[in-house]
Amino acid sequence: MTDTPTADSAAAPIKRKGVKRRAFLIGGVAIVGAGLFGISIADSNAAKDAKVRIAGKGEHVFATWLKIGEDDSITIYSPHTDIGQGSNTGLAQMLAEELDAAWDQVRLVSAPAEPSFANVGLGRGFLGEMTGQAAIVNGIPASFLSFIARQMNLQITGGSTALRFTGQQTFQKVGAATRLALIETAAKRLNVPAAELTTQDSRVIHAKSSRALRYGELAAEAATLSLDNAPKLKDPAQYRLMRQSMQRLDIPAKVDGTAQYGMDFAVPDMRVATIMAAPVRGGKLTSVDTAPALAIKGVEKVIKLDDAVAVIAKGYWPAISGLRALSPSFSDGGNAGISTASIFTAHNALIAKGKADNEAGEGDVKAGLGAKPIEAKYQVPFLHHAMMEPFALTAHFKDGKLNIWGGMQDPLATKMAAVEVSGLDADNVTFHPMIIGGSFGRRLPMYMEIVSQVTKLAMQLPYPVKLIWSREEEVAQGAYRPQSSAVLTASVTDKKRIAAYQNDYAQPESAEDETVFPYILPAVSRRHFAHVSNQNTGAWRSVNSTQQGFYNESFMDELAHAAGEDPVVFRRNHLQAGSRHLRVLDEVAARSGWGTPVPAGRGRGVALVESFKTIVAQVVEASAGEDGMPKVHKVTTVVDAGSIVNPDAAMAQIEGGTIMGLSSAIGEAITLDKGAVQQSNLSDYLLLKMAQSPLVQDIHFLNSGADMGGIGEPGVPPAAPALANALFAATGKRVRNLPIMTQAKG
Amino acid sequence: MAIQTSINGKAVALSAEPDTPLLWVIREELGLTGTKFGCGVAACGACTVHVDGEPTRSCSVPVSDVAGKSITTIEGLKSADGTLHAVQKAWISSQVPQCGYCQSGQIMAAVALIEKTGRPSDAQIDEAMTNICRCGTYPRIRKAIHAATGQAAKAAEGAV
Repeated sequence: MTDTPTADSAAAPIKRKGVKRRAFLIGGVAIVGAGLFGISIADSNAAKDAKVRIAGKGEHVFATWLKIGEDDSITIYSPHTDIGQGSNTGLAQMLAEELDAAWDQVRLVSAPAEPSFANVGLGRGFLGEMTGQAAIVNGIPASFLSFIARQMNLQITGGSTALRFTGQQTFQKVGAATRLALIETAAKRLNVPAAELTTQDSRVIHAKSSRALRYGELAAEAATLSLDNAPKLKDPAQYRLMRQSMQRLDIPAKVDGTAQYGMDFAVPDMRVATIMAAPVRGGKLTSVDTAPALAIKGVEKVIKLDDAVAVIAKGYWPAISGLRALSPSFSDGGNAGISTASIFTAHNALIAKGKADNEAGEGDVKAGLGAKPIEAKYQVPFLHHAMMEPFALTAHFKDGKLNIWGGMQDPLATKMAAVEVSGLDADNVTFHPMIIGGSFGRRLPMYMEIVSQVTKLAMQLPYPVKLIWSREEEVAQGAYRPQSSAVLTASVTDKKRIAAYQNDYAQPESAEDETVFPYILPAVSRRHFAHVSNQNTGAWRSVNSTQQGFYNESFMDELAHAAGEDPVVFRRNHLQAGSRHLRVLDEVAARSGWGTPVPAGRGRGVALVESFKTIVAQVVEASAGEDGMPKVHKVTTVVDAGSIVNPDAAMAQIEGGTIMGLSSAIGEAITLDKGAVQQSNLSDYLLLKMAQSPLVQDIHFLNSGADMGGIGEPGVPPAAPALANALFAATGKRVRNLPIMTQAKG
Repeated sequence: MAIQTSINGKAVALSAEPDTPLLWVIREELGLTGTKFGCGVAACGACTVHVDGEPTRSCSVPVSDVAGKSITTIEGLKSADGTLHAVQKAWISSQVPQCGYCQSGQIMAAVALIEKTGRPSDAQIDEAMTNICRCGTYPRIRKAIHAATGQAAKAAEGAV
């Protein structure tokens, strides 16, 4: 299939610098090798503390995360926030599967935002992935990992990790070990050998004597036993709950209005606040006349913060009316010269200068590129997360204790941020996690200025206060996907093979972690040029995989056309024979009818992107309207995530991820002028609607059995390049700058 | 001077200032939090309720405009005995919501569409369902509307 070398193209980075987005990984690497002992699933101190916190009368706690009631109720405490990706249902399936629990008695709730519920399994999973030495990491004592997780306030949801790390590293083991403890207890009570006992639907059964004991009647005694640290897990052939499309546990409350989001929280005497921070990020509040706000009925107070002004009122309407009545002055922090154009100009200059901040790759790229390489420049804008629920947190400081309610992606880090801002002891600060109305990376711990804001307000108010960000604030004060540029350069031999490939990209941070490039080439270079603007940039669903996927998969298409080769065939020729990537690509080609005629005016485009260990190939069928606006007719997607816990929930993630990818490619952009964001609301930050989304999405999972990959994020990256490549096939016009709409207009 | 209106079949006298958007009266004065705040400018539809049966973006209607009118929110869709509306049932069977925040508005828009058209075509769905869903649940919303209106074949072929 390929005549190119077989060496793995992913080489170790040569040097790295700059702020690390997931700083806790670095701490993680340092402890690998610290000890090789037996593993356990929760350390005893954490388990003891957890017991105190969650066990009510007639309830018994197993390994921190599980509670069995004498009434047979099964309660699972999840350290993840289910933002709608269905991960909590998946986690419940995994634990209940190994426990042999009756599914209709299983309930899943958020774990308390306390150190004893820090996520050990997640730490373990990350360490394994970071080091590539899962076996060694599995040998590190849980008590030590738990300590590390607590030190790092690790209760994060992100990186498509819930099922593959927390689920596999902790929840399946907790379920299996608890089942063994219940069997041991039953064996004693029935006076029969444990080997004669089976379990089903929350009962231990002795078939020989036709006797059975309910988990509820065994729980008290079983909870006193020490759990098996390395329980044998089920053979997948025996699964009843995993790999089944169980209905999501959170959905019923989301169709009748009863689900309580952070926005919906209310307590007696509560006031509502809204806020405006310096429009030019980096600026400070210099002056504000508070009188116009105070003149509005219902407004009670105007509070000045260092870089923002907040209005406190009896409700949101007087609060926002009061804020709008103000004419605050802010400094610009010296950032008034920053614009979208100035950032792209700086990117160009950095890349042209050629002094990279981080480099990776292999082979002699310079020699391989030769005298006349093919070159293309791509540019993508800042992207807003546009979670549908704007930020809303309620805080109440009373009798020396601070309570905060709302939805964040890392409850424990939220609590610790409030501890820091308030100056209170951790014991006096409690964060109460609530349902989250979307996040996509926006509610991660590094940019939770709202936690600091609401804490500062609550500390000086005698009543509870709910701080709501207006949509205008949400759009203007994002933690955006970075504006980014890339210059891609390659040479293609007369045998239609790439001889050398260079990806020079400019943005704040290195994208090396997300730049898994599946093609096997003799010489590859990835060079990061660091450029930081005044904007906060952060993880936007699939992190850097969207822009890197767009660059690489668009350029592969350009190279295929330059070589006079079919884009699928061209990719095949650079993939490892027998690889998962090749299988995924072949499957999408077959299912999409690649190579067969399309209706007049339409074109097909293909893209292949791996992210979070999941490989996704996509074929988009699209046309361009007279106004240049794209119309997506059909999307065919093939996914290999290794294995899938809940097929229908996974399908929903790929459907929605694809639409988010198309949405960003077609219409989304945050632009800057004089250092400030130009977009104001969802009326000018344009998201895809029903009518613009593809009528047909054909999605298939290959389930190769490889290590489980993520599912919440990998559906996003291929859509933009597949669409751009389809439009090229339809119109002959290459899209190198996003969003497409901006170019269609002018 | 109270504003008289009817919410979910119950007569109420509202004390809010007349310029207060209906959304905030529903959420803060009446405590019905199923209707959501998304944008405040009628762009996203998360706040959709029915005013005399018409789907209405409540964030952009002053409460004084609804005096004497009949308002239905997501909490008013269930029948008196608690049975879910057919559209709500279809939302569950099609497993539509992800984060769920926009879904009250989506359901209210869908119910209004179905009441008007009976069995909406894909084109009618595209035209009427302009509410934004950032999670990208559009394929399932379409499927659920077809399923709720007895268009099972379309529901099966739609989306996925």
